[in-house]
Amino acid sequence: MQKDKKKIEISDLTVTFGQKTALKGISLDVFENEILSIIGPAQSGKTTLLKVINRTIEFIPGAKVEGIVKIDGENVKGVKSVYQLRRKIGMVFPLPVGLPLSIYDNVAFAPRSAGIRSRSELDAIVEGCLRQAALWDEVKDRLDSLGTMLSGGQQQRLTIARALSHQPEILCLDEFSIAIDPVTTMRIEDVLKELRLKITIILVTNLVQQARRLGDRTAFLFNGDLIEIDTSEVIFSDTPNNKMTYDYVIGNFG
Amino acid sequence: MTNRYRLEMLTEPIIEGVIRLCGISAIIFVFGIFFFVFREGADFLFSKLDIVEFLTSPEWYPTSVSHKRYGVLALIAGTVSVTVLAMMIAVPFGLGSAIFVSEFCSPKLKEAFKIIIELLAAIPSVVWGFIGLTIMNELIIDGFDAPIGLTVLNGGIILALMSVPIIVSIGEDSLKAVPDSYREAAEALGATRWQLIYRVLLPAAKNGLLAAVLLGIARAIGETMAVLMATGHAVKIPTSPLDSVRTLTATIAAELGEAPVNSDHYQVLFLIGVLLFTITFFVNLTADLIVKGIRQK
Amino acid sequence: MISQRKIHKTINPAGSGESPGLSQKTALGNSKRFTEIPIDRRKRRMEFLAKSLFFLMTLLIVLPLITIMGYLFYKAFPVLSLEFLFSNPTNGMRAGGIWPAFLGTIYLVLISLLVSAPIGVLAAVYLNEYAQENWFTRMINLAVVNLAGVPSIVHALFGVGAFVLFADIGRSVLAASLTLAIMTLPVIIAATKEALGAVPMAFREACWNVGASRWQTIRKIVLPNSIGGILTGIILQVSRAAGETAPIMFTGAVFYKVISEGDFFAYGLFDQCMALSMHLFTISTQVPGVPEAISYGTAVVLLGTVLLVNMLAIVVRVYLRSRKKW
Repeated sequence: MQKDKKKIEISDLTVTFGQKTALKGISLDVFENEILSIIGPAQSGKTTLLKVINRTIEFIPGAKVEGIVKIDGENVKGVKSVYQLRRKIGMVFPLPVGLPLSIYDNVAFAPRSAGIRSRSELDAIVEGCLRQAALWDEVKDRLDSLGTMLSGGQQQRLTIARALSHQPEILCLDEFSIAIDPVTTMRIEDVLKELRLKITIILVTNLVQQARRLGDRTAFLFNGDLIEIDTSEVIFSDTPNNKMTYDYVIGNFG
Repeated sequence: MTNRYRLEMLTEPIIEGVIRLCGISAIIFVFGIFFFVFREGADFLFSKLDIVEFLTSPEWYPTSVSHKRYGVLALIAGTVSVTVLAMMIAVPFGLGSAIFVSEFCSPKLKEAFKIIIELLAAIPSVVWGFIGLTIMNELIIDGFDAPIGLTVLNGGIILALMSVPIIVSIGEDSLKAVPDSYREAAEALGATRWQLIYRVLLPAAKNGLLAAVLLGIARAIGETMAVLMATGHAVKIPTSPLDSVRTLTATIAAELGEAPVNSDHYQVLFLIGVLLFTITFFVNLTADLIVKGIRQK
Repeated sequence: MISQRKIHKTINPAGSGESPGLSQKTALGNSKRFTEIPIDRRKRRMEFLAKSLFFLMTLLIVLPLITIMGYLFYKAFPVLSLEFLFSNPTNGMRAGGIWPAFLGTIYLVLISLLVSAPIGVLAAVYLNEYAQENWFTRMINLAVVNLAGVPSIVHALFGVGAFVLFADIGRSVLAASLTLAIMTLPVIIAATKEALGAVPMAFREACWNVGASRWQTIRKIVLPNSIGGILTGIILQVSRAAGETAPIMFTGAVFYKVISEGDFFAYGLFDQCMALSMHLFTISTQVPGVPEAISYGTAVVLLGTVLLVNMLAIVVRVYLRSRKKW
């Protein structure tokens, strides 16, 4: 685990939507091959942060972004191809979304958009990603059926498979387990622990226990401010650096 | 990254450029229409036309050898009379139907009526004109003991039937758009359907209903073939619904074929076109602003 | 905003003579449970009257329509046959068939469709997928609405000024088709916009997140899933283009032209042509002594074509609704 190398560097990031400020000048780093948990109540800016990293914030009308976000030392604003950037980052949001295509095409969508045509390559990618998303066994016999017809939990795993299909270096998950049952959640958490050896993972979650289980370090966001970021041991101990963290973790508010 | 992908990425800006061009095409065409119509009549407008006489004189004698006159007042009266009569019929019936379809109808019947209204809207105007020439003509001659049946009344009834679908469909949309909370409040207080409609729904939907009527009016003003065939050929200000008239639209259609290109007559007809374009533009603009008003609520 | 109190007052006006219903406990308390008190009976009667009135109004619109259609068909009956459709008019259009007009309408509709469909669909794609919410977009939307409201005769004047004269195409199938194309553009734009808007935003976001570009997303997910609405718009365009007379009257349609019977390629782009709508106008107003059956027959063919095409649009719409993918 290379703790020294910084995968993502965020400096003074401020995001506003008209009158409302979603992120107030936060700075944090994400190291390579770590799992960073981000906790905090609703409307803290967690989702906004993820959207800034892969620049899908640009699709929201009225969003203004100030500050610097670097990935592997390169400013994300100045990349040659924003699509390549987005392919470097896998994104999973809370709402499960199955595209109205076959399950196979759902997972093959990203590689195809990147230009991969060979059937054998696509087959391998589809199977690999579905296995990692703990969905392969359930759908391997009906890869032709519509992705939108799966159950909520299955669609969420399909979303995870899609996020992995373009071999991202960074995987961002935003409250991924809301629509999934506990057993499947456990399976995916195991997969995340394996994946961490190869990629960097940011895990936004409301489930304090999950954050503690998985995160090497944890950041606590509240109302657009970064209250503190430290190793998980410290954050979830009785004496984190900030009292607010302690109150949130033990459930005094949120 | 394959070559095919590279090709895709290169052509994409071109495709998006074409899309953007198509997007602004509507503006280009609207301006284009105004420009080209105006262009044909511009000469006459700036050199010889007396605008006041044009708009206020009922004497329309474009083909007179000795004394050409280009007053369109009688034509405007023709358009107005037919439109007013049409609206007097179409508005109550159209709104009544809209109310029926939206408030009193069972879902299956509603589907059936909506299809019928759609088909009514699809009937071409020349067919309506034909109906006016044949069926309506006879009905009026028999029914009113009139010398001829091609009159304001004929055109008015035909136009009414043509405008009803717009009024019904937009009217029904506006009634549907009234928030359910209003309905629930009234029903909880024991209101009958009629009270609900009269006291609550109509006032709440009045913007949309007004827009529906305005669009119906715009349709009626702009209609050409049906009135050309159904209202007769008399260029005069009507004094009764059983008079024949000529509308602005019908005049253009009837006389453009015979006016020599670029003659005064020809140019004046184009100017009438400009007049029509302007009138319908403003009526449509008003209706659109009203509709935008409700959608923003 | 209508307050609760106002609603209450209008429904149960004070001093109506009979018990105001809600607040009076005595009337309700005294009578047997849940039977009608006089005001309820009156309300029911009014309700019935209102319902009947509006039903009657609707009926008065629908019935004349059905009777007129029936009458037209009845009068046209003697003449309706395949021969009528495929043979030339003879004897100064007082006998024979309507083939040149029928073919002419087909040409005009197809060529105008070839122009208006791509432009209309792409314009709607721009408005729904690319345009930002600013005053410029509002102007475009306004232009579309106004384009839809331009009187058909003004379209004719535009066609003459722009295509026949300025572009020097002359009176021709091409000029008439182009005029029709611009006239039917708003229909396609509106239908396509609606179809595109029905595709959930979540699908687009899912595509963007895996690195697909806007156009890739539109091409692979949005357009294929809006095809139903787009088709409906195009079919409606067809029916409108087939029925219009004014725009083609001075831009390319003529009273009379003989072409080889049954030949589907009889017209050239720069020829003038006959058209069903124009033909109906001609034989009802310009030619004396046309037998009734022929005029009614032409009307029925035109009307039938238009209505059939519209029914096709409705069927397409219903079929695609049943095959929903999400």
